[in-house]
Amino acid sequence: MTFTLSEEQTLLKDSARDFCREQAPVTRFRKMRDDKKNGRDPELWAEMAAMGWAGILVPEDFGGAGLGYVGLGLVLEQAGRTLVASPLHSTALVGASALLLGGSDAQKQEWLPKIAAGEITVALAVDESAHHAPAKSKLKVAGGKISGAKKFVADGHIADLLLVVGGDGLYLVKADAPGVTKRELITVDSRGAADIDFDNAPTEKLNGGAKLVEQVLDRAAIGLAAEMLGQAQEAFEITNEYLKTRKQFGQYIGSFQALQHRAAKMFTEIELTRSCILAALDALDRNADDVSEYASLAKARASDMLHVVSNEFVQMHGGIGMTDAHDAGLYMKRARVAEALYGGATYHRDRYATLLGF
Amino acid sequence: MTDVQLEQFRKDTRAWLEENCPASMRSTFTSEDEIVWGGKKAKFANPDSKLWLDRMAERGWTAPTWPKEYGGGGLSKEENLILQSELKRINARQPLYSFGLWMLGPVLLEYANEDQKKRHLPPVIRGEIRWCQGYSEPGAGSDLAGLQTKCEDKGDHWLINGQKIWTSYANYADWCFCLVRTDTSVKHEGISFILIDMTSPGVETRPIKLISGASPFCETFFTDVKVPKENMVGRLNGGWEIAKRLLQYERSNISGFGSGARTDVVDIAKQNVGLDEDGRLDDRDLRARIAEHKMFERAYALTAQRAAEEAKAGGNVSHITSMFKVAGATLNIERCELMVEAAGSRAFGWAGEGYSPDELAVTRGWLRSKGNSIEGGTTEVNLNVVAKRVLGLRDTQ
Ligand SMILES: Cc1cc2nc3c(=O)[nH]c(=O)nc-3n(C[C@H](O)[C@H](O)[C@H](O)COP(=O)(O)OP(=O)(O)OC[C@H]3O[C@@H](n4cnc5c(N)ncnc54)[C@H](O)[C@@H]3O)c2cc1C
Repeated sequence: MTFTLSEEQTLLKDSARDFCREQAPVTRFRKMRDDKKNGRDPELWAEMAAMGWAGILVPEDFGGAGLGYVGLGLVLEQAGRTLVASPLHSTALVGASALLLGGSDAQKQEWLPKIAAGEITVALAVDESAHHAPAKSKLKVAGGKISGAKKFVADGHIADLLLVVGGDGLYLVKADAPGVTKRELITVDSRGAADIDFDNAPTEKLNGGAKLVEQVLDRAAIGLAAEMLGQAQEAFEITNEYLKTRKQFGQYIGSFQALQHRAAKMFTEIELTRSCILAALDALDRNADDVSEYASLAKARASDMLHVVSNEFVQMHGGIGMTDAHDAGLYMKRARVAEALYGGATYHRDRYATLLGF
Repeated sequence: MTDVQLEQFRKDTRAWLEENCPASMRSTFTSEDEIVWGGKKAKFANPDSKLWLDRMAERGWTAPTWPKEYGGGGLSKEENLILQSELKRINARQPLYSFGLWMLGPVLLEYANEDQKKRHLPPVIRGEIRWCQGYSEPGAGSDLAGLQTKCEDKGDHWLINGQKIWTSYANYADWCFCLVRTDTSVKHEGISFILIDMTSPGVETRPIKLISGASPFCETFFTDVKVPKENMVGRLNGGWEIAKRLLQYERSNISGFGSGARTDVVDIAKQNVGLDEDGRLDDRDLRARIAEHKMFERAYALTAQRAAEEAKAGGNVSHITSMFKVAGATLNIERCELMVEAAGSRAFGWAGEGYSPDELAVTRGWLRSKGNSIEGGTTEVNLNVVAKRVLGLRDTQ
């Protein structure tokens, strides 16, 4: 394993950081929300695709850059910093990796170039109740037709192609196929989502069965954890800056030890979690056999860590943190959704214990 | 150094270790008596451990990266990493545990004059002299710079009077690295760093009993102790800088200390809590908390590895030693608490029959672990360091 970035990865990270700061700062997210776009910013996604990000995982043969998971993770982290609303996670990570792992030659030929070019977006439809429980799927598939109901599909309202999780494998369904009904959800994080019903909708199964489902969910968890790390890092930096500039009782509030210790603990949690996420991304690139362990480690710790950091973002800003004009609320709302998606800390702790054999 | 040379180094090292590491030194310690601390009063529970120490010391590999001229191994960082991974590969025991290696040596290399280095470093490397740390005093713990032990210039020698507390292993130590007050009119700038021979007339140690029972901690008294002029390290009244640097080394070492207990918390829980029909621990809440702890442990190990890689790449990571100290102490304390909880009444033994040595080790280890967040600077004080030095937050005026 290595934590050292290659030159290529460092360049990618730096350009992602600059892009997000300049082209996609939080003000852009805010405008998207205020314009009631519910997560839609297709112009931004086109710009991101033009940077080559939609095809980071896609091999060059299919029009991508083939830069691997560490590379994509670094970009997701930068996007997390400024709350970029885009299908980067669902399409460039989840969609591309599912097709790479489980697609037939024809399926890869059909979809990967479109993903790499940013022409289509993908969404992963997994949960069937209010909590993440992929093992309890009631999805029915017979004669190439799929039936069932999926809840809170992230980016489901904007996706062209759906990856549908069943107990025995992963299915491809075109979003405009007959028998597919979407209900768009207006969500607390302003990113939007959809409840989707399938009633004898035409489908193709990907290769790999239940193993593929696990692989894809692991990737979804790790990628989201990377995005969450970026959010936490930004939230923490803004908070730390406030501690150094806000005065009360004639002192900088950051000179109060009660706050100093909480800040020092957040710093520690962020650093520890960063190591887990980098290790998880690296495990994906190495195709290691303990990817699942790393996925649960990364997602559980990222969820717990971001929970604390996003709450402190509000609390340490005092009253101003409660106002909509301040960004703290935006981070806290996104945090809660990200914490729960693809399994929260409780889910992944349980899974980790099982993987470790106790 | 080229990759080819490094590969050759690995081959040679492996061959040498194969030949020179006794079989009985290729296993984890089973009891604390087997740990080799060295010094004039050293006892070797197993003759192999003496052999192992001597062979490693001969090559300077008890201090692999220290310069050869003082008896060190003279290895580069890369070579040392290879050596460490080869030692790990055969599960070799550390040949020597030593405050001299971990704390004193590195600051002597940085601050001592040539004579002091020549005199004090080689015996540390060979495990011949055991050192203890005379920092804390009854009135100066967290506020270490408040120390009062008096050191007067008597022309041809220093005269020392005062009391130290918590001097770990002082009763086994040959020498003490000590902080003394050489100017009472200023606080931090009135402290000097001095080396004291524990056999000097006027030095007395008394053991302190801890909540975990008998302990290697002592009170140390200095009454009209004469110390040769050449034993002061650095300049007069310039000891605080050395003291802080030494604390950094201490903190990074303490944070890596294990619980002392040999058994894993999962095994203890399986034994004493049992499994449900799905093979899960039959206490869901405890199971979740153990899993959370295991993740913490993993995150800590990964972060240590990352910091090592960053240091190797030339990054400055010294400022985060306090972060590691806090996290390492918290981790160990949490593990010990979980072990006691998982063991149930099997953790309530103190001595005599009815409890296995492993079980008694869990109990004692738990009590000892409480010191992890106190020794080498309390968790609160280290959080202050992170807040100020790393995050740049200021003091209240
Ligand atoms: C097991 C063990 C081994 C040790 N070994 C050695 C040794 O070998 N050599 C040696 O010299 N010393 C040794 N020590 C001493 C150790 O360094 C001190 O105990 C430690 O620095 C704390 O000092 P104190 O005990 O005087 O506590 P105090 O300084 O009195 O602290 C009491 C409490 O107040 C808190 N506190 C104090 N100041 C602040 C502040 N500014 N902000 C927030 N909280 C604060 C502390 O965190 C603590 O909770 C050892 C201690 C232990 C327990």
